[in-house]
Amino acid sequence: MLLEPRATPSRGMRLAAPLLAILLTLGVGALLFIALGKDPQEAFHVLFIGPLADANGWSELLLKAAPLILIAQGLAIGFRARIFNIGAEGQLIMGAVFGGGVAIAFQDSQSAWLLPTMVLAGAIGGALWGAIPALLKTRFNAEETLTTLMLAYVANLILSWLVSDPWRDPGGMNFPQSVMFGDAALFSMLFEGLRLNTSVFITIAAVLLFWIFVSKSFLAYQVTVGGLAPQAARYAGFPASRTVWLSLVLSGLTAGLAGVGEVAGPVGQLNLNISPGYGYAAIIVAWIGRLHPVGIVFSGLLMALIYLGGEAAQMALQTPAAITGIFQGMLLFFLLACDVFIEFRLRKPLEKRRAAALARKALP
Amino acid sequence: MNPEPPIPLHGEPRLQLLHISKRYPSVLANDDVSLVVRPGEIHAVLGENGAGKSTLMKVIYGAVKADMGEIMWNGRQVDIPDPAAARALGIGMVFQHFSLFETLTVVENIALSLGGEFDLASLAIKVSEVSKRYGLPLDPLRHVYSLSVGERQRVEIVRCLLQNPQLLILDEPTSVLTPQAVRKLFETLRQLASEGVSILYISHKLDEIRELCERATVMRGGRVTGEANPRQESSASLARMMIGRELPHCEAPVFEGERKPLLEIRALSREPDDAFGTRLSDIALTVHSGEVVGIAGISGNGQAELLAALSGETPVAREMVQLCGEAVGHRDAGARRDRGLSFVPEERLGRGAVPAMSLADNALLTAHRQDLVRHGLRRFAAARDFAQRCIERFDVRCGGAAAQARSLSGGNLQKFIVGREIMQTPKVMIVAQPTWGVDVGASAFLRQTLIDLSRSGVGVLVISEELEELFEICDRIAVLAGGRLSPAVPREQTNAEAIGLAMSGLFAQPTPESTHAA
Repeated sequence: MLLEPRATPSRGMRLAAPLLAILLTLGVGALLFIALGKDPQEAFHVLFIGPLADANGWSELLLKAAPLILIAQGLAIGFRARIFNIGAEGQLIMGAVFGGGVAIAFQDSQSAWLLPTMVLAGAIGGALWGAIPALLKTRFNAEETLTTLMLAYVANLILSWLVSDPWRDPGGMNFPQSVMFGDAALFSMLFEGLRLNTSVFITIAAVLLFWIFVSKSFLAYQVTVGGLAPQAARYAGFPASRTVWLSLVLSGLTAGLAGVGEVAGPVGQLNLNISPGYGYAAIIVAWIGRLHPVGIVFSGLLMALIYLGGEAAQMALQTPAAITGIFQGMLLFFLLACDVFIEFRLRKPLEKRRAAALARKALP
Repeated sequence: MNPEPPIPLHGEPRLQLLHISKRYPSVLANDDVSLVVRPGEIHAVLGENGAGKSTLMKVIYGAVKADMGEIMWNGRQVDIPDPAAARALGIGMVFQHFSLFETLTVVENIALSLGGEFDLASLAIKVSEVSKRYGLPLDPLRHVYSLSVGERQRVEIVRCLLQNPQLLILDEPTSVLTPQAVRKLFETLRQLASEGVSILYISHKLDEIRELCERATVMRGGRVTGEANPRQESSASLARMMIGRELPHCEAPVFEGERKPLLEIRALSREPDDAFGTRLSDIALTVHSGEVVGIAGISGNGQAELLAALSGETPVAREMVQLCGEAVGHRDAGARRDRGLSFVPEERLGRGAVPAMSLADNALLTAHRQDLVRHGLRRFAAARDFAQRCIERFDVRCGGAAAQARSLSGGNLQKFIVGREIMQTPKVMIVAQPTWGVDVGASAFLRQTLIDLSRSGVGVLVISEELEELFEICDRIAVLAGGRLSPAVPREQTNAEAIGLAMSGLFAQPTPESTHAA
């Protein structure tokens, strides 16, 4: 079997690919549940319908989707330019560390400026953590896929050191965690009794800004040209280093904001479980959303639902926690596979075609 | 008109194609094509780009399967499913683009293509014998990267000859050769023909075909439009068969305005970025307002490196490139464009245009300076309008401004890119291979456009492999060979012979004075 490029890949299929990937994921997921001895219909209900049965479910969905969508918006800019930042998790952690550091430094403050300062610090922290790979790439041509990923581990270790030594809560029974933040350092709740908070507006604003940026700005056009045809970008005189800096700093910045949103939101302190892998899941969100600011909103909601469903399935069906990762992974896998067949087609090797031609000739 | 294939007068035809048709998704590449080639005949297949010549040759060579029609080989009907089968029958083909491994020696390359077991030492002796016998001097132990393009073509030909072919197909073989090398090649081909080898010679160069071939099959739009004895036809009558009308000519009026230097290249030297690149040494040239200066030479002699240095894609030392009196050698392509430089590269898809983007988006690539961007935001309607005007003015055949660049034929995309660059009213225009892949009619239009552009006071620099083209449009011609540039000589003071000699590197190293005085 050979793969050969299609002359004109179908535009419709390219847009339909995410839906196709979802169907394939569901199909294989059903087989998986059957193999585990569960009723797939019941399992799907627990996974995808149950979590949305009440207001709390929708609140949790938005709470989880917001950081995913926010991070994916930034990543998508870089992916368009073929700058693959896969360490958004580290930038998220550094955003949380910078923002949380402000909250810890001004523990007793009741100032209305505390939260905005934390948000700003978080953005700077994430952007700085994205700037390091940008510097390494533009100065030393270091592959950003490696440097961003490695820096994610470094960020994790920095967080780990901070919460187990200098920033450890003195009254925290030696758990590796900081003090709980005061009210002035937390996003306020939107609805009584639900965890959804005002940080969701940061994501909404980001979606709008990125939508305008991607569809209207000349800068985004230059970034896209750099990804589609690097030689054309050089020919036109669009500086490649600017694209690298923009991509990595911007995606670091959004991840940093998402980090503040977690520590100043549902987590409420610095500890070792700030993020259930949002930085990595956002890579999938960006791709399933076709790198489009609006598409990312839908894919972010879907990924959040898989998180919620995975948790529900642990309780209701006693499935392992890995179910979330399996579904996320299958989704990306099938999407990429669909993309391959949209861009390429399978061709039978010559021998088989010749045999077929001979067979046709033999017929009267 | 579909005449029955003529019956050969004497002897069995070597190759007979009967009613060959081949349809691609969007185009009928071959429409009921019939062709007869006799033993020892040099048979031209003449036609413009896109006339279906290459598809027909691929059918013969087994690289493409025809939808309909038959192939007769020495009087027997045959099925040629792949190139290996074609080679087994005794059909050899020399492609326009070579398939050689640069890091291997000549004999190693040949051994690879022969397959099976081989003994390099005895094969090297055979290669020497064959190359001597047919006047194709070749050292079997040299590495391919050190060979000139003409020598590489010899490797390809010798590789075919070692298999004792009865039919040799050559696809545009002279496009990469100096005039002297063309003459040598013709001698070889005539010798082969006298030994009974049939030769199918694909070209669009009328003079060559009239000199070399006894019979010509002319194709247009996938069909055979005529058969002729090229020696009894004039270039004009052959052109009529090929393009369906008279061959257009260019007018080059005298420039009336003030002649001032616009683009000055001073002692430009540069080491190549990769191991197989060409080192540029001490290049000097001045392009003035109102003139077209041509750089002749065969690609691979520093053309790519010089163009990148001039466009700004690879910046050089500050003083080496002067644009309108300002030293810009250190600036990137965007900054040079800001100062009035336009550039058409030889690679259209992926460099001159983004394949997956629409023509409107591709207009933005360099023409964003034409008020297509305000406050950092794109003006979509303005870009569409710019693309639309370019499409109309330069007769770009396409599906409108929203058509993807990759959906255009090479010639039409070239017209779009040239148009986009000209519409930015440059002070200096640099064009590489302006008419590669462009049909005869459009080529004449593009050449005339470049002349007109220069006469409006622009300095135009053209780098081309086509000598005829340079002699048609240039006021002065220089030659780039081995990374060195010969002095630019007024067109009337030189000829193809002298340029051809210079292409082989036989010229005095220019001094800055000699070029400035020109």
